[in-house]
Amino acid sequence: MKDIADLLRHHPFAEGLDEETLALIAGCAKNVVLQPGDYLHREGAAADSFYLLRHGAVALETFVPGRGAFTFLTVKSGEILGADWLIPPYRSSFDARAVELTRAISFDGKCLRGKCEADPRVGYEMMKRFIPPLVKRLQSARMQALGMYDAANA
Amino acid sequence: MPPTLKACTPPPYPMAPSMTPVTRFIRESAEVFTFDLAPERATPFTPGQFNMLYAFGVGEIPISISGAADAPDRLTHTIRAVGPVSAALGRLKAGDQVGLRGPFGVGWPVEEAKGFDVLLIGGGIGLAPLRPAIYWLLRHRAAYGRVGVLYGARTPDDLIFVSELEEWRKTPDFQLRVAVERAGPDWTGDVGYVTPLLSKLRYDPADTVAMICGPEVMIRATALALEDAGIADSRIFVSMERNMKCAIGHCGHCQFGPLFICKDGPVHRYDRVRDLLAYREL
Repeated sequence: MKDIADLLRHHPFAEGLDEETLALIAGCAKNVVLQPGDYLHREGAAADSFYLLRHGAVALETFVPGRGAFTFLTVKSGEILGADWLIPPYRSSFDARAVELTRAISFDGKCLRGKCEADPRVGYEMMKRFIPPLVKRLQSARMQALGMYDAANA
Repeated sequence: MPPTLKACTPPPYPMAPSMTPVTRFIRESAEVFTFDLAPERATPFTPGQFNMLYAFGVGEIPISISGAADAPDRLTHTIRAVGPVSAALGRLKAGDQVGLRGPFGVGWPVEEAKGFDVLLIGGGIGLAPLRPAIYWLLRHRAAYGRVGVLYGARTPDDLIFVSELEEWRKTPDFQLRVAVERAGPDWTGDVGYVTPLLSKLRYDPADTVAMICGPEVMIRATALALEDAGIADSRIFVSMERNMKCAIGHCGHCQFGPLFICKDGPVHRYDRVRDLLAYREL
């Protein structure tokens, strides 16, 4: 049976991470399995975790009264889920719901923040891995906000 | 050698529309419809070419052909009702007539792409001009490497060719990913912008030809993402429709730097238009 460090080692997030750092952050991680419909976190709740998706898909949603939930992004295997654990007041901005059987590595945000504070080298390694996908998501969100598909005719 | 695009010969009387009956009308979504026309004589075309459709008493617009190139006795067009002419075309029914001129322009390099992996990326109504190329690739599947289609739309309700998307999804050796910008809880597919899905497709960037059709904002972003993935800009093809009027390069309305979109396009090799796409004044 694989331990958490083995699972982490095979995730794209850990690519290029030295063994010492990998073992250090693995101490904040656990393996989780979610059934379709399970929520990883709810809007407004404490953002005390982030996830590395190993298999499956998670929908990020917000709720509009009278109209129901709207999904604005799906996160899939190999990707990172959750950024609110990085920024005070550590509160989840959106719902995150598994849309299929999902396996993920869950990190305790407080534990990891503590290790980053204690060793800036670890913090820098985490930043290098978090910033690129977050910037890409920001760029994509801007394109979505433009409503560009409305423009063309045929 | 990068694939090259061949100019086509315009029809003998290119400014004279022929009265052509609508034989079938399909509502794709709230704003988008498809109709078939039965031209007087068989009208061969290349995937990616367009016709000028005239709504009598209203006006004429360029519309890409969205049907199969191996059925030249039936011309299929898929249109979003966004202006007076397209809205008038949307009120037609089987038996009504439109004015038809064409086909015009330079299409997708489907012949030149033989032997390559092929990616097709469509945004919104941009899937319609790509559909003839998809039909072509499926019909001549053995002549190509891996084939992948990315399709982005606003919402699940805005998707077009829904039953075909389901068929393509089940087609062996054919990759399809569909992303919508927002969806309700019943949607289990991808939600988000379309270009990040490139990483989910299998292809060899060194031997891939890519074809993009959609709004220009999307074309620019997608072409850059394809380049970042290692695909040469000379193997990226984009379809653009700007100000087309006469369809034969005479009136000059569609002039785009040294090019006339209607005559030299609508499909262009990206390395030849990338700088022009950056000009805000054009």
